Amino acid sequence: MNRWNKIAATGSLALLGGWASAQAVDPIQVRDWASTCATCHGTAGIAQSGMESLAGVNKDEMVKKLMDFKTGKKPATLMHQLSKGYSDEQLQALAAYFAALKK
Amino acid sequence: MKRRQFVQTAGAGSVLGALGLVTGCATSSASGGPHVVVVGGGYGGATAAKYIRLWSDQSIRVTLVEPSAAFISCPISNLVLGGSKTMADITMSYDNLIKHHGVNVVRDMVTSIDADKRTVKLASGGELRYDRLVLSPGVDFMWETLPGMDKPGAQDKVLHAWKAGPQTVALRKQLEAMPDGGVYALSIPLAPYRCPPGPYERACQVASYFTKAKPKSKVLILDANDDVTSKGPLFKKAWTDRYKGMLEYRPKHKTVDVDAATNTLKFEFNDDVKATVLNVLPPMRAGDIAVKTGLATANKRWCEIDFLTHEAKAAKNIHVLGDSIQVAPAMPKSGHMANQHGKTCAAAVVALLSGKQPNALPIYTNTCYSFVSAEDAMHVASVHRYDAAQKTMLPVPGSGGVSSASNELEGGYAMAWARNIWADTLA
Repeated sequence: MNRWNKIAATGSLALLGGWASAQAVDPIQVRDWASTCATCHGTAGIAQSGMESLAGVNKDEMVKKLMDFKTGKKPATLMHQLSKGYSDEQLQALAAYFAALKK
Repeated sequence: MKRRQFVQTAGAGSVLGALGLVTGCATSSASGGPHVVVVGGGYGGATAAKYIRLWSDQSIRVTLVEPSAAFISCPISNLVLGGSKTMADITMSYDNLIKHHGVNVVRDMVTSIDADKRTVKLASGGELRYDRLVLSPGVDFMWETLPGMDKPGAQDKVLHAWKAGPQTVALRKQLEAMPDGGVYALSIPLAPYRCPPGPYERACQVASYFTKAKPKSKVLILDANDDVTSKGPLFKKAWTDRYKGMLEYRPKHKTVDVDAATNTLKFEFNDDVKATVLNVLPPMRAGDIAVKTGLATANKRWCEIDFLTHEAKAAKNIHVLGDSIQVAPAMPKSGHMANQHGKTCAAAVVALLSGKQPNALPIYTNTCYSFVSAEDAMHVASVHRYDAAQKTMLPVPGSGGVSSASNELEGGYAMAWARNIWADTLA
């Protein structure tokens, strides 16, 4: 690969990266994805007894927790199975969504 | 008159008076924003009604038409048969949909749909006009496949109890009245049917009851399928560990007729089976109203939809969700799934009525717990994502799975799941 090709590839990657992050923060889409969590964790992230509330959580802690579920580092009954259904970017967007909800 | 009835009546009055009632006026939907009629207040319809209100900032008027006075949950209803839960535990009011979200809950039944005029007729005689219709009628039974069940009184004696409600109570009474040493036989139809693991959970619950109250009795499962259709190894382990000698599983037993007078099952290839209490789950299809409207385009049985919007392939402006749809690969007909359909459908309806594009990448999760005793449960979970090339929902590779074993911890989670999905659907 010559120098120009390299630059072109880097440029399109950067563009793609920008596009991907723009996609990841489409608030309506993230709202829809977050509603898949709401079945067990509450419509507004406030759960009934026996499940964890997600509203107002610390974003970084939630990302870490979800990633640990996904990689198997954190043991679970089923969250390790569900977290694998979302990309890392989707999990970050979901954590940001719930972090922004009122406790 | 109870308070709830009053609220519902008042709700119905305001709808008929001010909103959707068509009396020859072609522009009745012009006032007060678009109008969505939701048919069926189960997990799918109730969720769709609530989320359309929520996500439209209450700008879309929603009328939910449901014949039952209250929501009765199919999930957990097997525990009523087992005796560890009561009907009160699984019965919930529609009041919060009215109070919290301003849904007009009308206790009635839709008898016909005119897709061209965009109207529905009600059993009570009224008519509602819609901009978009959300149809979530659940399943109805293919009684024509079991000729004996057409005889007078047959359906009162041989119960399905596959729609939680009066039949759940009646089947529990039959089990209570059965003498010790009797046989309870459960006939399971070929998949697809509502709630794949439900029959096997039911067998566990009846066996759990017999263990305590009628230890000489027997549970006999007669399954049309080649093997247990969901959580097979987990159920088989529970049957061996907990109910050995009491519970017997016989696959490849397709029931082709029922003699209700003698409580006898007749099979395609096997000898007749007679039981003390007969529980027959007939083959199922989309709810009557969907079939009647011509939406059941898959084998005249299930409704094919566009998975981006849940719009029926056979009719514009009509969205079908829940157990009535022709499912995508590996997608179960479950309450949790219907709740997820309700949200995808609500998001699409709100987008379309605002002139926007629906979400191009819907995701669903599914979690389904089964109790193998009064306390211990296990689950199956999956995540499904839209595939643009195949235009369907597909399981995300590597995701999902089942419990390693049934236990009390998961039993606790199962009840927490129920409390949460009830709140997310109804409150």
